[in-house]
Amino acid sequence: MTEALPVLLVFVPFLAGLGQFVLGRAVPWSQQFVSGFNLLLVLLLLRAVAGGEPVIADLGGWGEPLAIHLQADGLATLMLLLTAVLAVAISLYAIPAFGGHARSAWQFWTLWPLLLGSLNALFLSRDLFNIYVTLELVTLAAIPLVLLAGPRKTVDAALRYLLFALLGSLIYLAGVALLYAQAGTLDLALLPAATPTGSLAGPLAAALIITGILIKGAILPFHIWLPAAHGGAPAAVSAILSALVVKAAIYLLLRLWTGALEPLVSIAAGQLLGLLGASAVLFGSWQAFRQSRLKLVVAYSTVAQLGYMLLFFPMAVTAAWQGAVYHGLAHGVAKAALFLAAGNLLYYLGQDRLEALRGIDRPLAVSLLAFGLAGVSIMGLPPSGGFTAKWLLLTASLQTGQWWWTAALVAGGLLAAGYIFRVLRLAFLQSAEPAERRDGPVPGRLMAWTATALALLAIGLGLISAPLLDLLGDIPGGGS
Amino acid sequence: MSGIDPFALAAAGLMAFGLYGFCVCRHPLRRLLAINLVGNGVFLALILIARRLPDGPDPVPHAMVLTGIVIAVSATAFGLALIRRQARPEDDGND
Repeated sequence: MTEALPVLLVFVPFLAGLGQFVLGRAVPWSQQFVSGFNLLLVLLLLRAVAGGEPVIADLGGWGEPLAIHLQADGLATLMLLLTAVLAVAISLYAIPAFGGHARSAWQFWTLWPLLLGSLNALFLSRDLFNIYVTLELVTLAAIPLVLLAGPRKTVDAALRYLLFALLGSLIYLAGVALLYAQAGTLDLALLPAATPTGSLAGPLAAALIITGILIKGAILPFHIWLPAAHGGAPAAVSAILSALVVKAAIYLLLRLWTGALEPLVSIAAGQLLGLLGASAVLFGSWQAFRQSRLKLVVAYSTVAQLGYMLLFFPMAVTAAWQGAVYHGLAHGVAKAALFLAAGNLLYYLGQDRLEALRGIDRPLAVSLLAFGLAGVSIMGLPPSGGFTAKWLLLTASLQTGQWWWTAALVAGGLLAAGYIFRVLRLAFLQSAEPAERRDGPVPGRLMAWTATALALLAIGLGLISAPLLDLLGDIPGGGS
Repeated sequence: MSGIDPFALAAAGLMAFGLYGFCVCRHPLRRLLAINLVGNGVFLALILIARRLPDGPDPVPHAMVLTGIVIAVSATAFGLALIRRQARPEDDGND
């Protein structure tokens, strides 16, 4: 029975998306069943994986060299859980958000299940080529979603996203080809033993794979496609992209670094990735502080927050492993809440210039509450999930004696407080004339409260970290 | 593969040209073409890798190339549609 769970996790959303496409019109409630069922499947999987053994589905029953395995271990299950929880919330939010537009609603309810299925497949993949295919599926499902905000505004951003994503995956594929030429296998579990070390081709393959993933993950030198795409998309889509899609690339980096590429990576490469991460934290936070549009603030904050997850690579101890993954979860939930709340403000104001936020606290109190609570987790204040993650990373940096990462963590937190409070200050500023400019309707309860529920969950993640970290376990392969 | 294999040289050349083009060209159409050059270089390299076994070609890289071509074609089509849309900014409707 448990072997069927990974298969269902991939095929149910795909079938739902294709069915929606064939039907030709939006059926939002059917997607609620799909995301609910998806969450149920993940919870069943969680129970099966909690015993410590990964769940492996052997597709078609083929033998080892040709087999395509789907595998769920602790790390994959946590990512699936994050995806499933966000899918439920975002699907509910999207009902009113896409309510009035028949055509874009149909497109959204077609593409979103396909993206969900692709993400599930990516987290469950166990060979390098399958990962390439699922990465491309994620990209090709995600970019059209950006366009739903209106092609005129977003086509430049979507095109740039597509070009970078394609280049990234081809560089990744070149690395995979080079690695296969030496190891003769693509299976993540078999690769470390099969990879010959000592030649130059191995590290070159690893470098290509990692560079490709960094482009997909919008890590600092390659971040330039992200803000426009995430800032320009509809709020529900921005939440999916920022919380899940770029996170999937970083997940892959963590998985490959501690598994398949483990014999090929060096301490220097880990330090370099850490440096990229720390620069992303500082640069992204600074840019977020300087933006004049709300959704760009949140989008640049994603550039910064992804950087924290890279701090695992130079430290590579248990605390860093748990901190990086937990940061992925906490940021996912908090960033989804931030984007949904920002979407509510945009929905009401008809624009998202920060100056327009003055005095918006009375009509949009609940959405601002969500923004503030999610901001607590982004800043890393206790008792939020962001705090737990940063605390673990701080512990790791002191354990390994690499104090300079502490400086990046603290500076990033301060800058985050800066850009979150900058938004809140304007929102609570009482202007002389009361906020009368009602350009849009007040967002309904569903839109306001899904954002708030996610924000509360981001805070709550700080209180329920123990079972989740137990499920994650130690660095695969032992670590140091 | 002893000496310099002309196919290996071609694969490396295609990838290098493509990467150079992607970095230098600004126009999205040229960039899309550059990406296709990189892709063809990678596919050629995969076909070379399939040759390395003494008894007949290795089917796995061939399967990878076929899948890769399908993905490249669909992604290129999507990219071309986007470029066309970008070239007609007045058209904000359906097609």
